[in-house]
Amino acid sequence: MKNFSIATRQKDNVSILDISGELDAHTASHLENALKSLIDDESYAIVVNCSGLDYIASAGLGVFMAYIEDVRSLGGDIKLTNMNDRVYNVFDLLGFPTLYDILDDEREALISFQN
Amino acid sequence: MAGTNQIQTLSVAASTEHLAEVRDFVAAHAQNIGLSQKDISEIRLAVDEAYTNIIKHAYKDSPTSLVNIEIGSNSNQLWISLKDEGKSFDPSTYSEPNLMKKIKEKKRGGMGVYLIRKLMDQVQYNRKGHKNEIRMVKNL
Repeated sequence: MKNFSIATRQKDNVSILDISGELDAHTASHLENALKSLIDDESYAIVVNCSGLDYIASAGLGVFMAYIEDVRSLGGDIKLTNMNDRVYNVFDLLGFPTLYDILDDEREALISFQN
Repeated sequence: MAGTNQIQTLSVAASTEHLAEVRDFVAAHAQNIGLSQKDISEIRLAVDEAYTNIIKHAYKDSPTSLVNIEIGSNSNQLWISLKDEGKSFDPSTYSEPNLMKKIKEKKRGGMGVYLIRKLMDQVQYNRKGHKNEIRMVKNL
């Protein structure tokens, strides 16, 4: 999967996934595995930093849809940050901004987890 | 360029491995005819969704099956056609996705056709014999 990469780091009890490249039906399983592994480790406060994300298709959005309910029911959330306009537009076309916390930068997401 | 047609074709196996190649194929054509970055992004996403639907629904993950893609343009329109010989798709089953409901029910599909219709100006489905074609048009 050379056109997609993901890395996990930890900050103030929040797990941050840095995703970059192109998220489509081929690469979505990579994100899915990373989210599953955080949930398995009982890390429910999750920020997905999309600053390196160049492209997303609906298969990528589907991963966020599949896990948000579980994470929220366990007291956590998946917050999305640092999207470029093209990527945000795809989330917007499908109505994500009303149901997901989509923030300009990672710091805002970390603060909102503290409140 | 008025009155001339530029057509390019790509025959590719039905596997998500080739998604990036398919997106780049249509983006290169769109770039060559001078479309904006916004239009190029929309065309890349529309072809991705159409090709992914063929892989998942028409061929049900059968990577030896083929998809034939054609992209063409004239001064007024750019069109993309994808042909397969898999299970037919009934476009009347399409509806605007209810995101809240999908999340509650943990369903993640059914967004591709909606996106294609949002991104392109015309979308047609045809089935002739055992061949399916989706043809998407963007007005220029």
